[in-house]
Amino acid sequence: MTPFRSMRLPEAFRITLSAPDDFEGWRDAARRMIRADVPPDRITWESPADQSADLFAQGDRRLPAQPADAPQPRASRDFLQLAQSVILHSDSTRFSLLYRMLWRLQSRPRLMEDKADADVRAMEDLARNVRRDIHKMRAFVRFRVIESEAGDHYVAWFEPDHHILRANAGFFVRRFTTMHWSILTPRGTLHWDGEVLQEGPPATRADAPSGDPVEALWRKYYASTFNPARLKIGAMLKEMPRRYWKNMPETALIPELIAGAQAREAQMVKAGEQDFGEQPQSLAAIAEAILACRRCEMGCNGTRAVMGEGPQGAALMIVGEQPGDTEEAQGKPFVGPAGQLLRAHLQNAGIDMEQAYVTNAVKHFKFVPRGKHRLHQNPTAKEIDICRWWLDGERALVRPRLVLALGASAARSLLGKTVSVQKVRGEPQVLADGSELWITTHPSYLLRLEDQSRAEEEAKFANDLRKVSTRLSELSGRISTEG
Amino acid sequence: MSQLSVLERLEILADAAKYDASCASSGTAKRNSKGGKGIGSTEGMGICHAYAPDGRCISLLKILLTNHCVFDCHYCINRKSSNTRRARFTPQEVVDLTLSFYRRNYIEGLFLSSGIIKSASHTMEQLIEVARILREEHDFRGYIHLKTIPEADPELVAQAGLYADRVSINVELPTVAGLTRLAPDKSAPQIEGAMGSLKEAIVEAKDARKRFRNAPKFAPAGQSTQMIVGADAATDSDIVGRASTLYGNFGLRRVYYSAFSPIPDASAVLPLKRPPLMREHRLYQSDWLMRFYGYAPHEVQQAAGADGMLPLDIDPKLAWALRFRGDFPVDVNRAPREKLLRVPGLGVKAVNAIVAARRQRRLRLADVGKLTVSITKVRPFIIAEDWRPVLLTDRTDLQSLIAPAARPAQMELFA
Repeated sequence: MTPFRSMRLPEAFRITLSAPDDFEGWRDAARRMIRADVPPDRITWESPADQSADLFAQGDRRLPAQPADAPQPRASRDFLQLAQSVILHSDSTRFSLLYRMLWRLQSRPRLMEDKADADVRAMEDLARNVRRDIHKMRAFVRFRVIESEAGDHYVAWFEPDHHILRANAGFFVRRFTTMHWSILTPRGTLHWDGEVLQEGPPATRADAPSGDPVEALWRKYYASTFNPARLKIGAMLKEMPRRYWKNMPETALIPELIAGAQAREAQMVKAGEQDFGEQPQSLAAIAEAILACRRCEMGCNGTRAVMGEGPQGAALMIVGEQPGDTEEAQGKPFVGPAGQLLRAHLQNAGIDMEQAYVTNAVKHFKFVPRGKHRLHQNPTAKEIDICRWWLDGERALVRPRLVLALGASAARSLLGKTVSVQKVRGEPQVLADGSELWITTHPSYLLRLEDQSRAEEEAKFANDLRKVSTRLSELSGRISTEG
Repeated sequence: MSQLSVLERLEILADAAKYDASCASSGTAKRNSKGGKGIGSTEGMGICHAYAPDGRCISLLKILLTNHCVFDCHYCINRKSSNTRRARFTPQEVVDLTLSFYRRNYIEGLFLSSGIIKSASHTMEQLIEVARILREEHDFRGYIHLKTIPEADPELVAQAGLYADRVSINVELPTVAGLTRLAPDKSAPQIEGAMGSLKEAIVEAKDARKRFRNAPKFAPAGQSTQMIVGADAATDSDIVGRASTLYGNFGLRRVYYSAFSPIPDASAVLPLKRPPLMREHRLYQSDWLMRFYGYAPHEVQQAAGADGMLPLDIDPKLAWALRFRGDFPVDVNRAPREKLLRVPGLGVKAVNAIVAARRQRRLRLADVGKLTVSITKVRPFIIAEDWRPVLLTDRTDLQSLIAPAARPAQMELFA
């Protein structure tokens, strides 16, 4: 001991609190010290958890006498509030920081508002760490179930950075009131039986269960809700630092999810690769390009693509589904049986097919071989959507005032959605470029019907075409009078 | 089709739900299960129970009841014409999953959505049934977010709000033209009509609670919506304008932006690219400027370039400040709070700290430095007791002095 020093300086004190988060104890002692006018550098603070903090600390464990006339220490409300968080920090200098602040507050009552002050900032930093630790505990505690005849017991192992266990107990009690649970930590344990909260001594990881069958579901959920196209590892680590990972069942998956992510994304981008580039500038360019188009399976079936036909600038565009057996062989649209039926009906309705631009929603012929025959197959929605690029190109160049779609495939190609032809026929719709869309059945549908029903459907078909014819002359009349 | 296990269906239906950005569990009424027979609590602040490697928070069990869908929206993995694997849960299965996750502290609650099966109203009934079982049979006091189907019977939508903390309807695309092209089965007036009636129900219920203590709560965490970014031709300016209209007209709590990201078996109508994540980030920043920094929508739009796009290399607040240099420098010891909020590099917390601290003493540059992350970024725009930027504010190369020089090809910048 050094009597030499204590002769010249005020008496030194050593205060031991009952627990590392003992706010009441600190407050009582600090009040006493302020009243006895003991300056901050004459006190050594310690608590059971940080005994080793200052091995050479000196001082008397007695407390100083309090002068009866000393004024009551003053502390602002925001200081007291913040101090209750700060005291939970594991930094062993927290008690002396708080005392120094209290000491300074006696002469500067509004010190807490000076946010640029070093001590105020130190307090706020510690409090922020504590609040974060409290929040992360609420987030990252993972219960595992021990089933027994007495009922399920939910047990978690968690390693907090600070002395927050007791302060955080209320949250778990309020949330899991009806459950029987325990939270085990290296700093102490909590046990709730549905009615009473009990504290226990520090535990080890081995005291907690090693698994839970529901974790397989949770891991599957974690992996599935992850979007590999948006890898942002930094953002994850910022909020879920590695030190928490060891007690969270889902984090074992992270390395493989990250490793697989870029490959999965690249695969999706490649599979969806539909980069057609610039729209062709002429019908001839489209005719040439479709011959080489291999963007869908149909394009790869070895058949010859069939281009639309008719005058560029035609007022009417007729869109069918796809070239059939005859069309593919001749390389021209609507030259087979369905085409002949269409031609006859158009003539009856007073529409000159030679004046119309005639094309198909998809340009290749899709079929299954049956002996000598090639049996027509409907294109899929996806094939129609892909081929829409070429039809859009033709529409942009021909600029028809009226588009007549024959059948559901043609309608999808123009509308982007599948509609019921029977519901939408006979009424025009306006397309994005201002042209009018009319939808009716495909003539090959008529060919498949027999007797009575064929007659009925043909009558409806003829009726639709008459409406189109009337509308066409209205439109061309309007154009010529407007022009 | 053979019956898939719960594990397999969870995989399909969580995968199908992940393109919805919202996972918030905050801002609802405070509840707990003390003294009750139920389970769960909500305490105002949301909790993120895990983070995925995409940086997104996992707060709620976010799944679809089914990914069968009669709609054919081109941007959606669950559209009718997609080849994706299909599955469905029964309401009871969703309830059991939610509770077993909740009891283990994996989640704050449930975010349930669904593909449209049979009819919009039928689907809505199923969603409500899940919420009803959770709330009534299990006395569940955790968070429930229900996706609402605009085409469903308004009566059902109203019922959803009685069980859910939050309800949401996605506007999906920022422009009507985009919606018509990419979501041909949806209609903008119908979506907005449904959002309008939700708003009315929320306001009415709030009003009733003021007069009658026991009036039922209706979606206490309000309603939100989501817009897909990068799937149509809308500019940032369009999007900001649309978002502010939505906030204004429907009293939304949040507008979420979701960068359109590649999906398996995508529609041919949408060429796939890397998602424009930086663009999404800048839109969220502009959203913050409007919600917390007092910027009017047209002011955020001023930060955009001639093409209507916000710069990707610098944040919109800095972009605005560089464009309106006449408003700077701002004196940290004198300027009103609103002016301080416009200084690039000063957040709401820093501004509050400055306003509190300057009552105590005159602030020097070093003091401001203690309250912010980077004084280099702030310096050219402020005046302090010992600091005046002189010519700095007017330098033409100011941007390169404060914003990090163009980083080596960061992939997402070119998305």
